[in-house]
Amino acid sequence: MSKTIIATTSLAGCFGCHMSLLDIDEKILDLIELVEFNKSPINDIKEFTKMCDIGLIEGGCCNDENVHILKDFRAHCKILVSVGECAIMGGLPALRNNIPLQECLEEAYLNGPSVMGNNENAVIPNDEELPVILNKVYPCHEVVRIDYYLPGCPPRAELIWEALLALVTGDPLKLPYEVVKFD
Amino acid sequence: MDKTLDAIIKKYNEDKTRLMDILIDTQDAFGFIREEAADQIAETLDISRVDLEQTISFYHFFSQQSRGKYTIYLNDSAVAFMHGRREVAKTFEKEAGCKFGQVSEDGQIGLFNTSCIGMNDQEPAAIINGVVFTRLTPFRVKEIVKDIRDGVKVEDMFQASYGDGNNCSDLIKAVVNNHIMKKGPILSSDNSSGEAIKKVISINPQDVIEEVKLSNIRGRGGAGFPTGLKWDFCRKSKGETRYVFCNADEGEPGTFKDRVILTERPRLLFEGMVIAGYAIEASEGILYLRYEYKYLQKFLESILEEMRYKHLIGKNIGGKEGFNFEIRIQFGAGAYVCGEESALIESAEGKRGEPRDRPPFPVEKGYLGQPTIVNNVETLCAIVKVVIKGGEWYKSFGTIESTGTKLLSVSGDCRFPGVYEVEWGFSVIDILEMVGGEQVQAVQVGGPSGSCIGPNEFERILGYEDLSTGGSMIIINNRRDLLKEIVLNFTNFFIEESCGSCTPCRTLPILMKDKLIKIIEGKGVMQDLMDIERWSGIMKANRCGLGHTALNPILSTLKNFRHLYLNKIQREVEFDTGFRLDEAVKVGKLITNRN
Amino acid sequence: MNQLIEFKIDGKECMGQKGQSIVDAAKDNHIYIPTLCNIPGIKPRGACRICSVRVNGRLMTACTSPIAEGMDIESKTPDIENLRKAIIELLFTEGNHFCPSCERSGNCELQALGYRYQMLVPRFKFQFTQRTVEASHPKLIKDHNRCILCKRCIRAIKDEKGRSLFAFGKRGHHVQINIDTKLSKNMTDNEAKEATEICPVGAILLKKGDGFCDPIGKRKYDHYAIGSEIETLEK
Repeated sequence: MSKTIIATTSLAGCFGCHMSLLDIDEKILDLIELVEFNKSPINDIKEFTKMCDIGLIEGGCCNDENVHILKDFRAHCKILVSVGECAIMGGLPALRNNIPLQECLEEAYLNGPSVMGNNENAVIPNDEELPVILNKVYPCHEVVRIDYYLPGCPPRAELIWEALLALVTGDPLKLPYEVVKFD
Repeated sequence: MDKTLDAIIKKYNEDKTRLMDILIDTQDAFGFIREEAADQIAETLDISRVDLEQTISFYHFFSQQSRGKYTIYLNDSAVAFMHGRREVAKTFEKEAGCKFGQVSEDGQIGLFNTSCIGMNDQEPAAIINGVVFTRLTPFRVKEIVKDIRDGVKVEDMFQASYGDGNNCSDLIKAVVNNHIMKKGPILSSDNSSGEAIKKVISINPQDVIEEVKLSNIRGRGGAGFPTGLKWDFCRKSKGETRYVFCNADEGEPGTFKDRVILTERPRLLFEGMVIAGYAIEASEGILYLRYEYKYLQKFLESILEEMRYKHLIGKNIGGKEGFNFEIRIQFGAGAYVCGEESALIESAEGKRGEPRDRPPFPVEKGYLGQPTIVNNVETLCAIVKVVIKGGEWYKSFGTIESTGTKLLSVSGDCRFPGVYEVEWGFSVIDILEMVGGEQVQAVQVGGPSGSCIGPNEFERILGYEDLSTGGSMIIINNRRDLLKEIVLNFTNFFIEESCGSCTPCRTLPILMKDKLIKIIEGKGVMQDLMDIERWSGIMKANRCGLGHTALNPILSTLKNFRHLYLNKIQREVEFDTGFRLDEAVKVGKLITNRN
Repeated sequence: MNQLIEFKIDGKECMGQKGQSIVDAAKDNHIYIPTLCNIPGIKPRGACRICSVRVNGRLMTACTSPIAEGMDIESKTPDIENLRKAIIELLFTEGNHFCPSCERSGNCELQALGYRYQMLVPRFKFQFTQRTVEASHPKLIKDHNRCILCKRCIRAIKDEKGRSLFAFGKRGHHVQINIDTKLSKNMTDNEAKEATEICPVGAILLKKGDGFCDPIGKRKYDHYAIGSEIETLEK
């Protein structure tokens, strides 16, 4: 049987969910028996080289680059999983969502206590190379279709493990009370 | 301490259950409810400031900031838009120099939207400092704003002529028309005032109830609860006293028949209240009148005074020893939900108009904890006729399940909008013919909380057994964009008028509105229609009728005008959240000067 | 004199005392009906609607409705459970509930219900409502982002004259809970602490509280679902 191919990415996230994946400890050896990683920061493959079975998405979409990557994942993965609170509900970056963008950027780059007076030429970063910030941070499922959700900040390692196992083997997913948590 | 305010509070015996009256008088005296006034009221009534503010902030017409020397409330119901509201609003904004929701810089003019003010047959209409202006045009708006700038009082602003009937009487002087188009037993004045009272006092109260039961009359507000049964429950409930409420909150957009009754048949109504008082052995009746009809106050009070003089209200009514019954008018302050009987009672007790949990029902524990009946204006008027002519006679009108007549408030796309008193059992098609409705796409029966039906259902009849209605009939012709002009407007109405107490009613209509806009913008998919249908069941968990019906504008059109939705959605696309990258980056690009 | 009443919940024969609410009577029979706005000892309000049950085809709130002889109550049917889950999801999407940043996380009743109903993602769109954090009170912080408008604080916290320290402001989706700064400024530390405990979520917090002091694993709902204490008593 060929191995299940997995891709992962961190959009507007902190890599905490990836850390949690690594937190399955010695089971990581079992995991690599079962799966092969394609595009992922874990193996540093930058672009998709083939179609994947499962895409794990950490983080929501805060800029246009996130949206492009997410759409790329949707195009290359049969199953997409939102991993963690940021992917599911915007998370910490989405705390800006109820503040107008202009105000938010001005506070961060022009008027905030840490920037005031330090630099007279302060600007809101606008280099063409930078991704364009979105009006708000979007949960992934508000941009593309997401098939499964693993909540937590980060999701418990056991939850990620159980979910991957279920997806790879086709067995029903076990969701014991203690693994589904929002923090 | 302010002496004027002190006098106001004393006038109501420093009674916190009379808070609505205190606030209304305070606002009348000072323009708005100032900080110091709020402090003084809270202190005198011995309630906390936040508690006071929870009442103030609930009602649309109360304000804690100045709303301008001239406060303009322009009706924003769907029918107003049909008749040119957009241009009128634009002209107001241009002339006043401020947007709706704001006060002009010089503090002269405040522009505010308001839910249906009961003038759907003469839109666009507005209330300016308590005076009703109907059939507004951009030209008229310019005149009004000019008068305002010249300091003319609203009462003195030139009006070509006042309306018909009592509208032009000295005590009303309103540019409001009755538009009575068809009369029946209620609107025809074939009895003399007091006739029914004289008749009932010679019989036993329980027999009055039996006669009402015999007539089979059901509540005319829309819910259709059998009136006799309600009275019977109330009479059998123990209490120190009992209360009769007349529900004249008439807030359902498109309804205005109670306004016409109050203008032309107030004696009939008050007589009905007295009869109800006799039947349930109550000693006080309260007419809960919506604030939009405050222009009728002086007139109605003069009628009450006249009836007192004739011993039809007051002590020993009609010469019957010990039959005492007083009537007072209680004003609301702008809240549709107060049309729900328990919310109405809460409001009359000086609180937020939030519906109560039931049980107990108002007939057991209502106003001030005492057994209370709440009846619609029209119901009470019909009772007078039942008493005079008998329940059997009344049953000769209408159908078996829906006896008697119904006053319809007809508006929208028709040649003869106005009030029609018809027997129950009239079909929609007959009504359309009568009112001059042509090329009709849809009829909104029973207002936004009712149902929207299309031509294939025009054979249906009005009645509790088929199309139940509180009387609002809005006709929509086939040039209208039903979803955009009607359904969206009605959905907004329910969002604004929710009391906010129950979770589903407070939150779900907003999500549904999002879906509706998404569909209107062409971003919808089949899944959206399925979501709407599936989620609508959640609304059944709400406490009151508003919560149960708040999605009706969407649901009934999704059922009866499904093709409109199907035409708007992307049939070939299975998934679309409505997210568009170009829209999402717009602000970011603007701020950083990129393209 | 206590009068006993027989009734049924999901087919199970139960006994209760006349005048008891369905929620309380169910509890005595080791049946958990989820609640959020309800607090023992305070007049119920039926605001959150999570305790909805069906009797004779009609939904009613179990916290406000008394039991009656022969009542046949449906509570754990798939459609009612789905309704409750939907209400929880509505609350999660209405406010701004970012659990990891909240000191009540692990001890929060809304979150606990999310766990009990295994909410992986709400079916509704997040609203990201614009709300504020109010810190004008000397002892309390009112975080409107997390407030679920259950009215517990309004109903439970009064001064010695019976005046409310908390109250609703506005209506509909604009509704918010306000605190009376004048009346509440003399709140003792203990009273302030009680106020935070009345709140089922993290909307009323102590300025100088000991937030995040319970480590993960030691919090109220880390290991056992809300309501399981009622159910596990079942013999």
